[in-house]
Amino acid sequence: MNLDWTAAVAALPYLLQGLQLTVVIALVGLAGGVIVGILAGVGLAYGGRSARVVAQLYVAVIRGTPIVVQVMFVYFALPILLGIRIGATEAGIVTIVVNSGAYNAEIIRGALQSVPRGLPEAALSMGLPFRRVLAFVIAPVAYRHALPAMGNQVVNVVKDTSIFLVIGVGELTRRGQEIMAENFRAVEIWTTVAALYLILITVLAYSLRLYERKVRLP
Amino acid sequence: MSSVMIEFDRMRKTFGGHVVLESIDLTIPQGEVAVVVGPSGSGKSTLLRCINGLEKISGGDLRVDGVSVLGPERDMRRIRLEAGMVFQQFNLFPHLTAIQNVMFGPIRARNQSKAEARDIAITLLEKVGLSHRMDHYPSQLSGGQQQRVAIARSLAVQPKIMLFDEPTSALDPELRQEVLRVMQTVAQEGMTMIVVTHEMGFAERVGSRLIFMDAGRVVHDGKPADVLANPPSDRMRDFLSHVH
Repeated sequence: MNLDWTAAVAALPYLLQGLQLTVVIALVGLAGGVIVGILAGVGLAYGGRSARVVAQLYVAVIRGTPIVVQVMFVYFALPILLGIRIGATEAGIVTIVVNSGAYNAEIIRGALQSVPRGLPEAALSMGLPFRRVLAFVIAPVAYRHALPAMGNQVVNVVKDTSIFLVIGVGELTRRGQEIMAENFRAVEIWTTVAALYLILITVLAYSLRLYERKVRLP
Repeated sequence: MSSVMIEFDRMRKTFGGHVVLESIDLTIPQGEVAVVVGPSGSGKSTLLRCINGLEKISGGDLRVDGVSVLGPERDMRRIRLEAGMVFQQFNLFPHLTAIQNVMFGPIRARNQSKAEARDIAITLLEKVGLSHRMDHYPSQLSGGQQQRVAIARSLAVQPKIMLFDEPTSALDPELRQEVLRVMQTVAQEGMTMIVVTHEMGFAERVGSRLIFMDAGRVVHDGKPADVLANPPSDRMRDFLSHVH
C-alpha cells in the first residue's frame, strides 16, 4: 500500500469550497428548520383540531420517509407537479428545512409541554393574553429544555447535507467523490473528507455546549 | 357602605359528569378577608380558580367587580387584572430574578414602562422584606421567600382583590409565619381577600369571615371567632379536630 498525501493536499482547496457550501446549506437549513419547527411544534402543542392534524400529518410524512427520497421528490417530482424550475442547491435547502423542521417540531412540542402548568397559569391570572404568555413565559423556559436535543439536530443536519450528492449538489461529499473518480486516492480523500466533517461538527457541538451552559438557569 | 366585589349567583362547576361546586351563592364585599376552609376535595380551590377564569364555570353566574366571567375574553382579562392570585406552588418564573418576576405584571399586563415597574417592584419587595434578595433567581430562594416574592408579583399588577390558594401548604411550618405576616399586612391595608387555607390561627386573627365548605357546598358562613368557638355542625367539629 502506498499512500500519497500530496493528493489530499492538492484536493484541499476544492474540498474546502465544498465544505463552504455544506456550511451554507446547513445554516440556512437549520434556521429555516427552526422556524418551521416552532410553527409546527406550537401547532402540535396548542393548535386547534385542524392545525394539530396538519402538523401531525407533516411530521408523520417526513419521519416516515427517507431523506434521500425526499430530496429526489423535491428536485425531480415537485417541479413537474408545480411547473417550476429549481436548482439542486435550492432543492437541497428546501429539503433540509422541511426535513429538520419535522424533527424540530416534535422536540419543541415536548419542550413546550414540559413547562409546568402553574407557570402559564400564573401569567394568565395577571391578565396577559395567551400570545404573551407563550412569548414571555412558556417560550423562555421551554427553549432551555429544548437546547440539548436541538444540539443533536444541528449535528444531524450537517451530516444530512451529504445526501444531496445524489442530485449533484457540490457540497463536501460530492466533491470528494468527484476527486476520487479522477485520482482513485480513496484512503487519502475520504480520510480528508471525514476529518473536515469531524472538525466542523466538533466545533459546532462544542459551541452549542458552551451556549447551553451560558443560558442555564441557576 | 362597601360595594360588592365578588358575587356568586347559583354558580355550578362540573368536571365531566362530576359535580365539584353546587349552586354557590356568595357575596364578597369590598375589604372583606374571607377565609375558606374545608376538607380536601370540597371544592375550595376550584371556587377560587373560577373567580379569575382559570376554570370555566358550568352554570349560574359569577361577577367580579361587576363583570361576568361569562363575557368575552376581553372581560376575562379585565377581571384577571383586578384579581391577583397566589398559588400553593408559588409558580415564580424560573428564568427571571425576584425583581424581574415582580416587574413582569406591570410591564406585560399593564403596559407600564420599565422604570415605573422597577419603582413598583422595589417598593413591594421592601414591603415583603426581600429587597436584599431582589437579584436572586427563584431557585436561590427558600420556599417562604419565593411565596413572598409571588405575593409581591401579584400586588404589582395593582389588583382590587387577592386570591390565595393554600399559600402556606407547600411550606415547612417554620417558614409559614413569614408568609402569613405579609398576608396580614396586605389585609390590614384594606385589600379584599379570599384565602383558602388550613391556618385556623390566621382565620381567627385576620379573617373577617369564615366560610366552611364540604362536598361542593358552602356549609357555614360567619364570623371566624363565632364559628371556631362554636362549630355549628359535627362535620365542621370533626374537620377542625383534624387541622388543629
